[in-house]
Amino acid sequence: MGAMKAIYAPVIVTGLLLAIGTAAPAAEYQIVVANMKFAPPPDQLHLGDVIIWRNDDIFHHTATARDASFDIDLPAKSEARMTIEYVGAVEFYCRFHPTMTGKLNVQP
Amino acid sequence: MFKNILAATFLLGLAGTAAIAADAKISDPQIAHIAYTAGQIDVTAAEQALKKSKNTDVIEFAKTMERDHKAVNDQALALVKQLKVTPEDNQISKSLNAQATKELAKLGALDGSAFDKAYIDNEVAYHKAVNSALADQLIPSAKNAKLKSLLETGLALFKEHQMHAEHLAAMMK
Repeated sequence: MGAMKAIYAPVIVTGLLLAIGTAAPAAEYQIVVANMKFAPPPDQLHLGDVIIWRNDDIFHHTATARDASFDIDLPAKSEARMTIEYVGAVEFYCRFHPTMTGKLNVQP
Repeated sequence: MFKNILAATFLLGLAGTAAIAADAKISDPQIAHIAYTAGQIDVTAAEQALKKSKNTDVIEFAKTMERDHKAVNDQALALVKQLKVTPEDNQISKSLNAQATKELAKLGALDGSAFDKAYIDNEVAYHKAVNSALADQLIPSAKNAKLKSLLETGLALFKEHQMHAEHLAAMMK
């Protein structure tokens, strides 16, 4: 049995390496909040990408999904990281300042 | 006399006619005082709303007013300290305070949805008037670049507040 394990182990490792190799690498994007506006989000967003929400304002904001899939708290002069977990279009807004809005378009 | 004209002009602006003298001269210490006073008035109005209202939307709005106007005023205090400027009380600040005291008393006599509606309607009118004063008088008159920049930040914020209040007012009709 011990010999069997030794043979299978490298096969499993190779399989994992292949799986990692074929997936698109996760990208990191920054969305700045300044002067009571969200900067436009990047066009090409994919599942697993990371968004860094950066609040440059002296006011407390949030980045909140209309479908409740995320709710990021952004105190004045702060930033927060968020990994994209859903595919599709999602509109977001600031809970404190509802006229501040934007939209993420996430592809698989 | 000149100060009275300024005060009258500002109040006319508040009344909605926005007749503001283009060549009005106000000093930076006076502008700082007016801007701070205007913010403080809205914080006090929000505190009153938080005591009286039971409407979730109105309460959330009032909390935002309190939080945001305090944030601007904290920056204003830090700035005048940094610039070693003493804000100077003036006729416009006095008129604003007198007007606000009347409004607080008027709103204080109302309850329930009558209070909510009057508070939000006043927030629309107040932000509109302050925004006109900022855009047409205070920002163009400010000499110091940092003060001007803070006033511009305030204007971007208060415009959002005005739209937010207008949206709430429309929902209450």
